[in-house]
Amino acid sequence: MKELVILSGKGGTGKTSLTAEFAALSKNRVLCDADVDAADLHLLMSPDIRQETDFLGGGIASINHDKCSECGLCIELCRFEAIKDNFEVDEIACEGCGVCVDLCPENAIDFPIQTCGKWYISDTKFGSMVHARLGIAEENSGKLVALIRQEARKLAEKQGADLIITDGPPGVGCPVIASIGGATALVIVSEPTVSGIHDMNRAIKLAAHFKTPVMVCVNKSDLNIKQAQAIEKLVKKQNITFLGNIPFDPVFTKAMVQGKTIFEYDKKSNTHQVVKNIWTNIINSPEMN
Amino acid sequence: MIISIASGKGGTGKTTIATNLAISLESDIQILDCDVEEPNVHLFIKPKIDKTETAYTPIPEIDEEKCTFCKKCAEICRFKAIAVISKTVLTFPELCHSCGGCMAVCPEDAITETNRELGVVEEGRSGKIKFVHGLLRIGEAMSPPLIKKVKNYIKPDIINIIDAPPGTSCPVIAAMNNTDFVLMVTEPTPFGLHDLILGVEAVKLLNIPCGLVINRSDIGNKDVYDYAEKEELPILLEIPFDRKIAEAYSRGKMIVDEMPEWKEKFIGLYNNIENLVKKGKN
Repeated sequence: MKELVILSGKGGTGKTSLTAEFAALSKNRVLCDADVDAADLHLLMSPDIRQETDFLGGGIASINHDKCSECGLCIELCRFEAIKDNFEVDEIACEGCGVCVDLCPENAIDFPIQTCGKWYISDTKFGSMVHARLGIAEENSGKLVALIRQEARKLAEKQGADLIITDGPPGVGCPVIASIGGATALVIVSEPTVSGIHDMNRAIKLAAHFKTPVMVCVNKSDLNIKQAQAIEKLVKKQNITFLGNIPFDPVFTKAMVQGKTIFEYDKKSNTHQVVKNIWTNIINSPEMN
Repeated sequence: MIISIASGKGGTGKTTIATNLAISLESDIQILDCDVEEPNVHLFIKPKIDKTETAYTPIPEIDEEKCTFCKKCAEICRFKAIAVISKTVLTFPELCHSCGGCMAVCPEDAITETNRELGVVEEGRSGKIKFVHGLLRIGEAMSPPLIKKVKNYIKPDIINIIDAPPGTSCPVIAAMNNTDFVLMVTEPTPFGLHDLILGVEAVKLLNIPCGLVINRSDIGNKDVYDYAEKEELPILLEIPFDRKIAEAYSRGKMIVDEMPEWKEKFIGLYNNIENLVKKGKN
């Protein structure tokens, strides 16, 4: 079983649009949307939800005012300033550490487990997909990412699929770290901008930190051909596979408005051909084999 | 005045708006880049850095001489950052949330605190603009504590512009919390709208006034406009897609430097925000 994870560092470089194309171009795969706090892949996949499950995160402190003697120990212990002077808990500030719960001399603090989101198994036009919705302002995004990747793996095993294609989150923090452990290889979608390069470099360093093989492609390459060439050079110098350039093409937005991939919207377009070549490069890469 | 610039979806133009707004205003201004996983503000305003400070978060250190292996520390830790296996205590520093529970509960005073590096906070200046950003250490998972450290530099008596990270979970909340206004930058596409709705829900939870910037306003469809009308969200600025803007951005150039006619629009944007904040306070 192989898993390809699509990352970028910087947001908005085209991770989800490309993941959708790869989904359309591949066979016998399971899809996984690991960008749990702004999941968009479903908007192109027309999912038919088959299974919906609550995601339980940690607890949050809740003070029982009948028992509370207002001794103030919880306020003193809480490092997250989550207990206000009137002994109400600021649920947004509460980290869920439970220190106040365990040390309250009156046993006046409950710790109800929170439903932090939902995760789904869906049928889509391009195979099964595991995806999720983290509740607004919730923590535990890394935990939810780890959970849905594990579920995607189980589902792939059950279906005899040989590939999982995972749409990753932006950044290099908690949900990204949770997206890359155990992955066969990562594809970083960069763009030829100063920020695209800066953020790609951080994502490459993260991949190296966790010893995960990485490949790079450049989206919107003709917005700045010089920078695109600089990325190619930079990447090759580090012995990283360069997969190719994708031109800036409004066809992605036009297809997106119709909830489609460009594979469905305009198969004859040059951009579709380019993406197809990149996909061929990925599946034939040493990183994936 | 503290304005946070957020988006839900990544790549809609948060940094473009934050930097062009900052450079357009004549007032005393500070820009704080709270997208500590991938900070980009410095690439555009090119500040001279005067001070670099390493930021840490406390983690436990066990004195095994004093420890009686009672397991109380492992029992209180909700993050599985301490395990006691017979006569050994194992700590997993990268899982620790620095709550101090283990230290508070240890009956033998066998736990003290040492540090885990979160990253660095850099402070500097670009012309009249004060600049602060956080840079998360590669491999560090937790960005909210570093975001809070960047926010410690807020100067309440001047204009503070916070560039927030994308998404809707804890890092964004840490960046937006306790600010006077949230400017949501979106684009009129299905992805833009979907993530905008989530972003606006997060802003509502924090009860902060909010307005929109619609970037690449002539691509996609009109659904974002319908949503803004329905939610009574003021549209404070629209920027049409312009290859010249995209190319300038790719080279690290500002819109207002390449096309000075935009400066007035950014000043107008700030005036609109100031009026909305005043109106909210009355």
